[in-house]
Amino acid sequence: MIQRVSHGSVWVLDMDRAKAFYTDKLGFELRNDLNVGGFRWLTVGPVGQPDFELILMPVGASPMMDKATAEQLASLVAKGVLGPGVLATADCRRTYEELKARGVEFRSPPEERPYGVEAMMKDDSGNWFSLTERRPFKA
Amino acid sequence: MRVGRPSPALDGGGGRFCYGWHMPHRLLHDDVFRRLCRAREHLCANHAATPRVAELARTAGVSRFHFLRLYRKAFGTTPHQHLMDLRLERARTLLASGNLSVTEVCMEVGFSSLGSFSALFARRVGVSPQRWRRRVWQVAQQPMGMAQLHVPWCFLRHFAPPGN
Repeated sequence: MIQRVSHGSVWVLDMDRAKAFYTDKLGFELRNDLNVGGFRWLTVGPVGQPDFELILMPVGASPMMDKATAEQLASLVAKGVLGPGVLATADCRRTYEELKARGVEFRSPPEERPYGVEAMMKDDSGNWFSLTERRPFKA
Repeated sequence: MRVGRPSPALDGGGGRFCYGWHMPHRLLHDDVFRRLCRAREHLCANHAATPRVAELARTAGVSRFHFLRLYRKAFGTTPHQHLMDLRLERARTLLASGNLSVTEVCMEVGFSSLGSFSALFARRVGVSPQRWRRRVWQVAQQPMGMAQLHVPWCFLRHFAPPGN
């Protein structure tokens, strides 16, 4: 059986800028930054999850996709179509203020939801994440 | 208003019905997590020395007992395990790069006894440091061998420029 997710990936438009964004602004740890066989393997991860890595994948022509596809993908990322997931925080409002002070852009500020408090964050490429503080639902 | 049973339509047909989302394990208080991160940074920066748990607990501003419990909750491992992981990771890097003898690697990463270093290495990595080094060097000889020690093959195949 599959037990855990060890890697996830997010398409980024500029690897150096994304690396700075995820480490300096979001506070993720740099896990790998290697140049191997003409391919840059860049991964980061949250401090509290040592066994999970987020792969920062460059959008560009490769054996996987031709130039036209890469251009389409780049435009989708920049438009903010792709949302790779949910980031967990114990204090959404505080984290929001902190990230905003570091220059992170948000699509929407923290709002009350039935499952807690949630804000919508953008990375430097245009990918959006939900930033969520979970609370048990109380009627 | 009367509240009825949840409509089966909500459940999407077949999935386990779950209000809100499934609750993940509860996160630590924001301040507590920050203080633990400070202690963790201290541990990472000093892994070749042997930071005392009491010292780490002080950095985090909690009692020794509380510290061990919280550390496990925050990072899924104990400070001691983490210290050993950091040392083994550094040992692997040094062994692969190849300028130091196994004894020198052992001392460099913070162990004082070659016996306990080798035993721990064998237990955690599966083979002795010497043997591990030989294997890494063998793999590195193969095409894209070094790359595969770090990067999953599917990513290399799909994204690395052909002909490498």
